[in-house]
Amino acid sequence: MRFLLVEDNESLAKAVLDRLRLDGHVVDHAPDVSTASAFSGTTDYDLILLDIMLPDGDGRSFLKAHRENRKETPVIVLTARSEVSDRVGMLDLGADDYITKPFDFSELEARCRAVLRRRGGGSSNLRRFGNLQFDPMAGTLSAGGRTVALRNRELRLLEVFLNAPDRIFSKPNLVDRLFSYDEEGSENAIEVYVARLRKHLAGSGVQITTVRGLGYRLSLE
Amino acid sequence: MSAAVNVSGSLRRRLLLQLVGSAALLAAVLFFAVLGFVRTVAEESHDRILLASATSILDSVSVQAGEITADIPYAALSMLGNVSDDRVFYRIASPAGVLTGYADLPVAEEPVQPRQPLFETAAYKGEAIRAVTVSRRLAAQGAPVAVQVSVAQTRTGQAALLEQLFRSALFLGVGFFVLASGLAVWAAQSSITPLRSLTEAISRRGPKDLRPVTRPVPAEMSPLVLSLNSFIRRLQASLARSEDFIAEAAHRVRTPLATVRAQAEVTLMRVENEDNRASLREMIRAIDESSRAAGQLLDHAMVSFRTDSLERQEVNLTALARDLAERLQPVAELKDIGLHFQSDGDVSIKGDAILLQNAVRNILDNAIKYSGRDRTVRVRTVRNGGWGNIEVEDEAGGFAGEDTEALTRRFVRGANAGETIGSGLGLTIAREVAEAHGGRLIIENSQTGAGACVTLCFPLC
Amino acid sequence: MRHALFSALLTLLAFAAAAAAGFEVEERHWIGPEDGTPLRVISTTDTAILEPLIGSFLEEHPEAAIEYTVANSSEVMKAVLEGQEPFDVALSSAMDLQTKLANDGFTRPHRSAATALIPEWGEWRSHVFAFSLEPASIVVSAAAFSGGEALRTRQDLISLLRAEPERFRGKVGTYDVSLSGLGYLFATQDARTSETYWRLMEVIGSLDPQLFCCSSSMIESVASGEILVAYNVLGSYARARRDLADKIIVIDPEDYTHLMMRSAVLLKGGRQPGLARSFADHLAAAAWSQPPAANYPFAQPPVAFVDSASPKRPIQLGPGLLVYLDAEKRRRFMAEWFSAVRKH
Repeated sequence: MRFLLVEDNESLAKAVLDRLRLDGHVVDHAPDVSTASAFSGTTDYDLILLDIMLPDGDGRSFLKAHRENRKETPVIVLTARSEVSDRVGMLDLGADDYITKPFDFSELEARCRAVLRRRGGGSSNLRRFGNLQFDPMAGTLSAGGRTVALRNRELRLLEVFLNAPDRIFSKPNLVDRLFSYDEEGSENAIEVYVARLRKHLAGSGVQITTVRGLGYRLSLE
Repeated sequence: MSAAVNVSGSLRRRLLLQLVGSAALLAAVLFFAVLGFVRTVAEESHDRILLASATSILDSVSVQAGEITADIPYAALSMLGNVSDDRVFYRIASPAGVLTGYADLPVAEEPVQPRQPLFETAAYKGEAIRAVTVSRRLAAQGAPVAVQVSVAQTRTGQAALLEQLFRSALFLGVGFFVLASGLAVWAAQSSITPLRSLTEAISRRGPKDLRPVTRPVPAEMSPLVLSLNSFIRRLQASLARSEDFIAEAAHRVRTPLATVRAQAEVTLMRVENEDNRASLREMIRAIDESSRAAGQLLDHAMVSFRTDSLERQEVNLTALARDLAERLQPVAELKDIGLHFQSDGDVSIKGDAILLQNAVRNILDNAIKYSGRDRTVRVRTVRNGGWGNIEVEDEAGGFAGEDTEALTRRFVRGANAGETIGSGLGLTIAREVAEAHGGRLIIENSQTGAGACVTLCFPLC
Repeated sequence: MRHALFSALLTLLAFAAAAAAGFEVEERHWIGPEDGTPLRVISTTDTAILEPLIGSFLEEHPEAAIEYTVANSSEVMKAVLEGQEPFDVALSSAMDLQTKLANDGFTRPHRSAATALIPEWGEWRSHVFAFSLEPASIVVSAAAFSGGEALRTRQDLISLLRAEPERFRGKVGTYDVSLSGLGYLFATQDARTSETYWRLMEVIGSLDPQLFCCSSSMIESVASGEILVAYNVLGSYARARRDLADKIIVIDPEDYTHLMMRSAVLLKGGRQPGLARSFADHLAAAAWSQPPAANYPFAQPPVAFVDSASPKRPIQLGPGLLVYLDAEKRRRFMAEWFSAVRKH
């Protein structure tokens, strides 16, 4: 997916960029309103992540202009301000959702997905691997004429594997990707989710293999 | 929230007293002036009649065959009878002695000069009399003789007249006073009317209405309105500063935390060493904890700030709760928690939407935070008698004999909090919002016993 | 009548007492119970005239008795001025003398529901209360005037007397102003009112007139035919003499007729002021109620004259009446009067 990140804080921006790119997304970064306007004028993004306090103006003015130009791209506002004061104004101006800093990447991803789903995100994001068809927006997995709906963490896990087929993911790595830090994620839980995914993948020609001592890997049979 | 006002006297009463006092003074002055005037006029006219009487008697005095004789005209005395029913006395005297009349009339002890009538007040036959004496020179037997005529009258009629005039003057004075007092009441009333209507206009305003006063006011009130407007401006600026300060503080605290957290998370993905990973996780937890605490502290400050001047607009609790549930759905899904919304119809109350949202959000956050995987959180809006309730029911185990009231106190956390990140301010904020709206927060174990049920109750509008 | 009996009995006694006084008493009666609280009344009015009113007064006040002294008006004045006897009430037809008594401070004021009935001109400063209104009339012999000569005004009388001097010579009578206070009052009021009076007096003077002390003797003289015309006679007395009704004709002149007011004053020297006030009220109520009391002694109640358009005018109470009581004024008036009446 193609993201536009509008964020003036360089370090934060870099961290977010790193993380999103790690997940296989294409991300452009704009440090201020004018750059953001220029980017959004020339490129069609799937989603815009918008900071509110920007050096050359308020993110809200960008949001307003964005909506007035009848741009349909969903916007998620990243705010560091109190929820209480900014909330209404931003939703009124046409933000699809907001998330307060600091945020958990898992939560950000979940929100992005929710927003895209709400907006009926394009089927261009449909991903294929072997006989497997995966629609991350709808959260469905199709193989051999059979379609199953995946639950959130199953979906997330599959996405992680699909982003880097044949790569070996260690259990701790997967824990970090699947669980936020305020909950107790365990490697046992990873085993449970892997087992569930394997059940869904049965007969699709795609399998998750255990690489003893290293982790798991998604590969064609 | 109405502070006692240090009241000292009443403007209207003071004005009224001053006006009525002036009216009383003027009425008294009027009374005495009129009385003095009419008394003088009455006395002067009485004197003139006495003088006319005496003069006509004096004119009738003549010398016949060397003798002084008098032929008192009937009118000389009857004219006095026409004025009042008063006793009349007279005396005609020459240096030789009293010619006729009341010899013992105690007036004009000294000779009176011609053309210089002497007016006197004396007592005679047990009554006060007013007397005039006139004099004229006649030639008797070749020598000039001064003839003196005195006419006197008792003053009963005049006293009665004066009493009547006194009463009239009194009525006039009292009438003036009553009229002036009525006008004073009216004047006092109407002069404070602009003050009252300004007060009404200001007290009718909503808590957020900080526009300057622009309605026309009398010149005398313009300094007051000027200071009031200046005060409003300063208050507005001060409020804006407070709000800005809270927002700014949040921004300053959260942005670096966000940076550190994001970097830590990215780093975590690249680090293989288990010890380093554990440290990074600890770090992220610590960051989450402090950012959440800071957030809630600032939220709490903002909530207190807003509840001080609560805005009351119609808020649809059902829509608000549905919207929140929808928005938190991704977070719940992330944890494989079912978040369900139910409603038996629209429930509307009067209140501050932002505060209400924050309160519900805090409760929902709590419910999601403390619930384990594959649990369910239910949000319901219910109309219950005169109350509109938002209920949030979880399956996180509930409270085992804990003091549920204590949970709403600042920084108190439940026994099941464990490792979960939280500041303990969430329920405090929810309770304060509920109470600011005239409602309350109820925390109890759910009926199934699987968890807690937190209810926000608001009076329906 | 028991009262009459008493009075007859006591009349003798009265004369004895009068001898001691410095004034001349005509008669004196004790009316009422012997041991009654005495109200002393001095009056110019004959006992017989006021007896019905006195009777009803005593019925209302059974504890009281009235000592009723009759004297002529100047003697009444004298009696009061001397103050030897403590009279409570003075009743007099001499309005000027009554006024003088009030003016000179010999009387008490009084106000009551009864005195409120009296019109303003009928009382003076709540000291003098009129209880009758009686015309100064011309009384002529019915026999002599059977021819029906028109005699309606003083001018008519002057013309008549001038036309037939021989018929009326020695047959005209009027008051002797030096003897009668009432005669003097009528004369001075006439003189004040119209010059006709002096012409009439000169005509009468030329006819060798007879001068009288009082109205009753004039009326009787006319009735007996001794005189044919009496001028300034109390019409009320003349009309009261029913026995002489066919012998005399009473004329109230149409040019003007003076109305004398019989009045009461309450005297300061009196010992029964309460009773005196009741008596004055009794007289006032009898005279001025509408209709007047049944026992009101005069044929014409005062209210009968209350008509401003009428030529009958009440003599005005007030200080004007004092003018003719002035010694100097009186001396000059007498001199003028007698020079008119006794010219020939």
